Amino acid sequence: MTTTLNPEPTTLVGKSADYLDQRTGVGHAVKEFARKIFPDHWSFLLGEVALYSFVVLLITGTFLTMFFVPSMSLSVYDGHPETMNGLLMSDAFKSTLHISFDVRGGLLMRQIHHWAALVFVASLVTHMMRVFFTGAFRKPRELNWLVGFSLMVLSLLAGFTGYSLPDDVLSGNGIAIANGVVKSIPIIGSYMSYFIFGGEFPGDQIIPRLFTLHILLIPAIILALIGLHLMFVVVHKHTQYPGGGRKEMNVVGYPVFPVYAAKAGGFFFVVFAVLTLMGATMTINAIWNYGPFDPSPVSAGAQPDWYMLFLEGSLRLMPGQAEFVSWGDYTWSLNVLVPAVVVPGILFTFLALYPFIEAKVKGDTEEHHLLDRPRNVPTRTGLGVAFLTAFVVLAFAGSNDLIATHFRLSINEITWIFRVLIFVGPWFAFWVTRRICLGLQRKDRELVLHGHETGRIVRFASGEYIEVHRPLDEQERWVRVSYTANKPLELPAPTGPKGTKDRKYKSAKRWARLSRFFYEDRVEPVTPAELSAAHSHGEHDALPGGEEHAAVTSVHSTDAGERAH
Amino acid sequence: MSESKTDVTVHPDAEHPEKFSDPGLPSHRPRQADIDPKADKRAERQVVVLFLLSVIGTIVALWAYFAVRPDGTTGGVRTSTLTLGIAIFFALAGIGIGAIHWAKTLMNDHEMVEERHQARTTGETREIAVKKLQDGIKDSGIGRRGVLKGVVVSALALFPLTIAVPLISSVGGDWDVSKFRDTLWKKGTRLTYDPTGRPIKASDVTLGSAVHVIPEVTEEYRTTDEWITEKAKAVVLMVRLDPRDLNPPAKQAGWDYDGIVAFSKICTHVGCPVALYEQQTHHLLCPCHQSTFDVAHGAKVVFGPAKRPLPQLPITVDADGYLVARDGFDEPVGPSYWERLK
Repeated sequence: MTTTLNPEPTTLVGKSADYLDQRTGVGHAVKEFARKIFPDHWSFLLGEVALYSFVVLLITGTFLTMFFVPSMSLSVYDGHPETMNGLLMSDAFKSTLHISFDVRGGLLMRQIHHWAALVFVASLVTHMMRVFFTGAFRKPRELNWLVGFSLMVLSLLAGFTGYSLPDDVLSGNGIAIANGVVKSIPIIGSYMSYFIFGGEFPGDQIIPRLFTLHILLIPAIILALIGLHLMFVVVHKHTQYPGGGRKEMNVVGYPVFPVYAAKAGGFFFVVFAVLTLMGATMTINAIWNYGPFDPSPVSAGAQPDWYMLFLEGSLRLMPGQAEFVSWGDYTWSLNVLVPAVVVPGILFTFLALYPFIEAKVKGDTEEHHLLDRPRNVPTRTGLGVAFLTAFVVLAFAGSNDLIATHFRLSINEITWIFRVLIFVGPWFAFWVTRRICLGLQRKDRELVLHGHETGRIVRFASGEYIEVHRPLDEQERWVRVSYTANKPLELPAPTGPKGTKDRKYKSAKRWARLSRFFYEDRVEPVTPAELSAAHSHGEHDALPGGEEHAAVTSVHSTDAGERAH
Repeated sequence: MSESKTDVTVHPDAEHPEKFSDPGLPSHRPRQADIDPKADKRAERQVVVLFLLSVIGTIVALWAYFAVRPDGTTGGVRTSTLTLGIAIFFALAGIGIGAIHWAKTLMNDHEMVEERHQARTTGETREIAVKKLQDGIKDSGIGRRGVLKGVVVSALALFPLTIAVPLISSVGGDWDVSKFRDTLWKKGTRLTYDPTGRPIKASDVTLGSAVHVIPEVTEEYRTTDEWITEKAKAVVLMVRLDPRDLNPPAKQAGWDYDGIVAFSKICTHVGCPVALYEQQTHHLLCPCHQSTFDVAHGAKVVFGPAKRPLPQLPITVDADGYLVARDGFDEPVGPSYWERLK
């Protein structure tokens, strides 16, 4: 690359860059990405938190694998702490005690690892909520939504497999529950249990198997999918919130180098720092208080990690009557199958398919890079909140025993309340959220048409009082008017030979009905003509004070305009 | 402002366009450091201090690692974790907050605009791509050679079986799922205390007490891996009631010994140990999902997600007054599964 354009490098940096470029062509990448623009918003950090917690998980996890022994061989313990002496325990539990008590910094690493896992799933889920509520899953990002969805499922698996490794009483019971759930699957359930445990529960193979899944298979797939996820972000460029100068076909923000290198790089250290502080100050999973796994004892009030609570709650709510024996003496454990497999199956399928359903009911084939304000898509926002309500009700139901003991209530009554809530809650949440969204859209119209209330009351010579309203500046207004209120799909006339009985027509009719459900109630954005009509104050024009009104409001708006600068 | 007024529809006309137009990027607001050189210097000093804090944090962390050694007690471990962790926190937070503060106060904050392009490739690119694929297909001759295509597809589809079959068939052990119904309980097996393995005299079981029971095995066996798996099926919870309170189903009449009843401790829901006994109501509660069983009525379900009663172990006493099983369980213990009744 030594042309007249590029003089011979003289500095060390220049020489190194030249060396590298001659061998890798890295110049292309630097040219392309160094000043790539990313938009700025706090909600875009949620995904970053997830990514950084994952990196922290890899770092602390590597530390832990150096000392953890994934074996279920039993022996009698003699070591720290004294309370565990003389107990029969597996090597897995023993090595976890060793990490906690003998390896310096070991407990810190264990606790950072566990907190990072909780934060990883939490930030991943909130990131997913952000993407859902702002419509960032729309074309061309549907496939990336699926990649993210897979990451979410994998994060749950990663969490569960890791939680089970120390082979303590709590996690052992978690595995026992998983075994019960697997056994409930019709026809192949018993064999799947054998498949997982290499024989009967618990056997002596489950910990080594979970270990391989937890430290090799699942993180490898997560890493690959993260790579794909980020590659898509680069290809599509990041979405941005609506605002002045932000268009569908541009991206407004700051360059990767140096702004995001510093901000995002710094943010990694902040996330790592906070997780370290959590690990240093907040005890988590103190296994020496629970003791090694033994199929007999169990402690009351035990809770799984938060992301498993919804499954636990789902299991707790289902009445036992659903189990029955069919002809041929086969047992259908619907009391387990429905809450542990069918309910999460429905919830997760809804999540995975939603982008495709919405595109279809909208008849939408356009690319979207400007995000929606959640209020401007009331039905989607309502559905999202309904989904979260179901998730939260189930999670609370998973803590019904703690609610009972803390508030001195009857566990049976609480369970019944949750049984009702799981049906009523999401429906009610949907209805309320959608109404709130429509109300907020009306408020936006109101603001655009009449401006901010200033609290300044003016009395005119005629005796009339008015409150002065300050008009929105054009940036404020643009945010509130730059959206489209989608209309329901129109049902085309039947064209097939069978008329309205035609299969295609019937399907189109169903989609049209769903589309009406989505878009029948809508609030249109204010148009310039409407604004102008509102400014002329309707019938007030006829009053003699009309000019005075104009004078008062315009003077005030200039004041305010100056103050804003 | 009444709602009727805001919802008046006004149609666009010549004077008013149909939509508002984009006002463009908001004007840039300078920060303190942009206009005041003192503020600029101050921000720079703050960043320096933050990075220095990180260096100090690292030094303290290394000191803490060598100086604050845990002594094997929970208190000692807590001190070591706390000092090391907080020092590392400063080492990391100094870098993180320093870098962000630098970016926010000192780096250029003028927004920049970059064009986007649609994800789809242009028509021209697509044409070339299609042409290349067609050329490739032609070169391979796959279109003309039907048999070859079939064999290639079959071979590729079949070969994973060579890995999958051995893997799947090996990981399930002997696949003998009928073991679910066998437990260590046989006719005459002594009931012993969990975990000591001491036999239980009927006279030692006081009214209202709940005893955690395991079958009698050698002490050696109780340290083997098989033991844990057998124990997972064999654990029993035994309580003594006033015989007058007992009201078992007809099938289980006389399975108690003088008011002492023994039930499998493995929940019939998903298999947690049912460990909480309430003396007054004779209820057994599973702490995992709150299935509640009534011990006085053959451990039938009175609440929760379980369907079936806990299997009962028929018991009696041997010649020495020790409690023994009169027989094994007459049904599989634990959660339901497809072929449970086969």
